[in-house]
Amino acid sequence: MEWETVIGLEIHAQLNTKSKIFSAAATQYGAEPNSQACAVDLGLPGVLPVLNKEVVSKAVKFGLAVDAHINQRNVFDRKNYFYPDLPKGYQISQLDWPIVGEGEIEITLGDTTKVVGITRAHLEEDAGKSIHDLYDDYTAVDLNRAGTPLLEIVSDPDMRSAKEAVAYAKKIHALVQYLEICDGNMQEGSFRCDANVSIRPMGQEELGTRAELKNINSFKFLERAINLEVERQQDILEEGGKVAQETRLYDAVKHETRSMRSKEEANDYRYFPDPDLLPVEISDELMAQIKQELPELPQEKKARFIAEFGLSEYDADVLTSQKPMADYFEKMIVNNADHAKLCANWIMGELSASLNKHQLELVDAPITADDLSLLVNRIGDDTISGKIAKDVFKAMWDGEGSADEIIEAQGLKQMSDTGAIEAIVDEIIANNAPQVAQFKSGNEKILGFFVGQAMKATQGKANPKLLNEMLRAKLK
Amino acid sequence: MSLSEEQVGQIAYLARLSLSNEALKSNTKDLNSILSLAEQLAQIDTDNITPMAHPLHMTQRLREDKVGEEDQSESFQAIAPKIGKKHYLVPTVIE
Repeated sequence: MEWETVIGLEIHAQLNTKSKIFSAAATQYGAEPNSQACAVDLGLPGVLPVLNKEVVSKAVKFGLAVDAHINQRNVFDRKNYFYPDLPKGYQISQLDWPIVGEGEIEITLGDTTKVVGITRAHLEEDAGKSIHDLYDDYTAVDLNRAGTPLLEIVSDPDMRSAKEAVAYAKKIHALVQYLEICDGNMQEGSFRCDANVSIRPMGQEELGTRAELKNINSFKFLERAINLEVERQQDILEEGGKVAQETRLYDAVKHETRSMRSKEEANDYRYFPDPDLLPVEISDELMAQIKQELPELPQEKKARFIAEFGLSEYDADVLTSQKPMADYFEKMIVNNADHAKLCANWIMGELSASLNKHQLELVDAPITADDLSLLVNRIGDDTISGKIAKDVFKAMWDGEGSADEIIEAQGLKQMSDTGAIEAIVDEIIANNAPQVAQFKSGNEKILGFFVGQAMKATQGKANPKLLNEMLRAKLK
Repeated sequence: MSLSEEQVGQIAYLARLSLSNEALKSNTKDLNSILSLAEQLAQIDTDNITPMAHPLHMTQRLREDKVGEEDQSESFQAIAPKIGKKHYLVPTVIE
């Protein structure tokens, strides 16, 4: 039978505020255990939560960016369950009146674009962290993360393949970074994905029973976990079985998903409005102010790159797909506005290839935008050829200095001295009579032979444009 | 609407309350009488009324995003049943 996969994603984006959502404790990652968990985070008696204004602003920013309805009046609820890293016995979240209502976002897969619906986005506090492998007989609890603000972004079940799910997750990931509301660091857990996966016979309207996949901390694992789960469900259904509605944990090491039984019984969270928090009213003034602070979004940036720098649709799309890359390009362009296409090529070519090869993120690149900008400048002003520039780039990557230092130290400056090139050209022509005859009889291709000889004689430093002109003139 | 003893037992379990058989019976009776009182509200037409999320007619005040808490973990951990190196320790929870 042919099956159709249906996927919805729940993304938890940690909002990058200085203090927590309901307390003035710091949110900085990596602090000494429990040093950033104050009385409010611990749920000690007599404390009251007070909502952080920045958290509200950042959630609204997200809502505006996905064309969502903003619920200017929204309410916090208590979600009740017991777990050691949840000291109050409930998580403050939003159920019936979330801050962000229905919205949408466009994703691109190859040549096709598709609109994915966003059901809602609500604010909540994060739980602490349980560490199970530190002690033999105990679970260790670090509550530094407790109370960190999260925006949970819930999509409609609009995705039909693991690839679409990844494209959507990447799009949201880029968007929250553009909006500067989340650092997007998946290793540190600032951006987490849960996937609701079900399958149904192709053509059937009714949705199949879904499983919720948790513990996915990279886009690669997201794709793998979904494909794995689809296979599992197909096997069950084709053998005449039934898929159970449950939460499953993805294990990247064993490459399997397994049932989290503990989550089954506690499915009744008994939500109710938190009496400690009053309903939130976002004033029209605050709404207007947030709208004004909204930065340039990926689509707008893409259009500007095309209009302002004459980039192709494809180049502009790749450069704006991630904020760090767009930022890098914009930094390069400051001193290189005439060579925008060249800048784009170097980012998407040599730089991206080297990052891939060394498995580095752009922010960790050993070559800064200013450094690379200088290199591109040297190609642009004919100091070096594009071919030599690749060697210079490699040396820069290896930390041998700036483009100018390397060009100077290795004597790579392009030879543009007409006299010197002419002497070499004359010698080559004199020594290769048969090839000269071929050229004269109309074999244009043989020109490449002469260029090659000249480049060899100058260690690749002859100015290619000059060389070509001179060869043509002399061979006539 | 009324609750069965089984449902009340389930709610008690979710709240980690251990109820004796007698307590379960009396709690079920009490809860059902509260529910029947609340049921009177269902007779009122509330179609055009904003659901009340809080008894106070006020809205939430917002805090500036500033760090204002110092590390007081030592005094907090003084009252914890068991601590390790800066961690709170609880009986093993296996997932």
